[in-house]
Amino acid sequence: MIRWGAATPQKGDPIGTSSVCGQAEEALNSPAMTDVSASAKPSRFSILANPTRFLELSGKLQPWLYGAALAALAVGLTLGLTAPADYQQGATVTIMFVHVPFAWLSMMIWTVMSLSALGTLVWRHPLADVSVKAAAPIGAVFTALCLITGSIWGRPMWGTWWVWDARLTSVFVLFLMYLGLIALTRALEDQSKSAKSSAILVLVGFVNIPIIKFSVDWWNTLHQPASVLRVDGPAMPAAYLTPLLVSAIGFTLLFFALHLTAMRTEILRRRVAALSRLAARRAEA
Amino acid sequence: MQADYFAFIASAYGISALAILGLAIWVFLDARAQRGALKALEAQGIRRRSQAGGSLDTAAEAGR
Repeated sequence: MIRWGAATPQKGDPIGTSSVCGQAEEALNSPAMTDVSASAKPSRFSILANPTRFLELSGKLQPWLYGAALAALAVGLTLGLTAPADYQQGATVTIMFVHVPFAWLSMMIWTVMSLSALGTLVWRHPLADVSVKAAAPIGAVFTALCLITGSIWGRPMWGTWWVWDARLTSVFVLFLMYLGLIALTRALEDQSKSAKSSAILVLVGFVNIPIIKFSVDWWNTLHQPASVLRVDGPAMPAAYLTPLLVSAIGFTLLFFALHLTAMRTEILRRRVAALSRLAARRAEA
Repeated sequence: MQADYFAFIASAYGISALAILGLAIWVFLDARAQRGALKALEAQGIRRRSQAGGSLDTAAEAGR
């Protein structure tokens, strides 16, 4: 047996944190995801503002992302499941190789959505709202898995499924925020109003991310302090750190692959909605 | 030690695998549904203006 992390009686996860521009506003508001390829000076930043160009590029990138994600997960989880037992946690240390990446991703996805929200409110990027709407359900699933796997680990190690300490509670609040965002992005017919209100919610909700990260430092929690992202370096041997990082890379790649697919679908959904309206108008005429 | 915690480990990995698989299936079925809906509309002759030879806007936008 070897040792997972800091010398605290309770072992948990360390937490770390881990889409672009100025096209016409009507492009953002266009339910049909208007092509803007004829804009005067296409910059590198604005190339992806063209939904058609985005579909082309993401279509080429997708298979590579899925392949890399599956390869990294296969290696990381194999190493994790064959890792030696921890001197305190025993074999339950293997749960950490999924729980910790889920915890990281739950915060990283909200951070990605926050950058996208800036894209909506500041740069009026036509794909920024699409990014937020596509990422929210994926983030909700990973956050739910973080809570569930943490609870499953906590039962044998802490003797309880749940405790309302600062870390667990703040992650639970994050999960509720994901659910609220999913409802908001699907509640309004007008995509532009939905985009702005969703972006504001995402940016306001971002305040919870540092609270989650530093909750174990600011309050006395049952959850252990960070074990990886520390000033003095990771507090665990390579036998745990390697599978943890490889698994985290795998889940992160999987998120980006699913996010790309969901964004492509959302673009198509808006085109379908616009063309359906056109068909209805033709039928009335 | 391993046997003591097997149920916890198996349930953590099992639930994770099921949830991610379910998410992936939902994402791919949704994508397939939208592609099918778009093809059905295009089969009716309803196309984006850019596809019909236009440059900037969609047929839907032009029809406003």
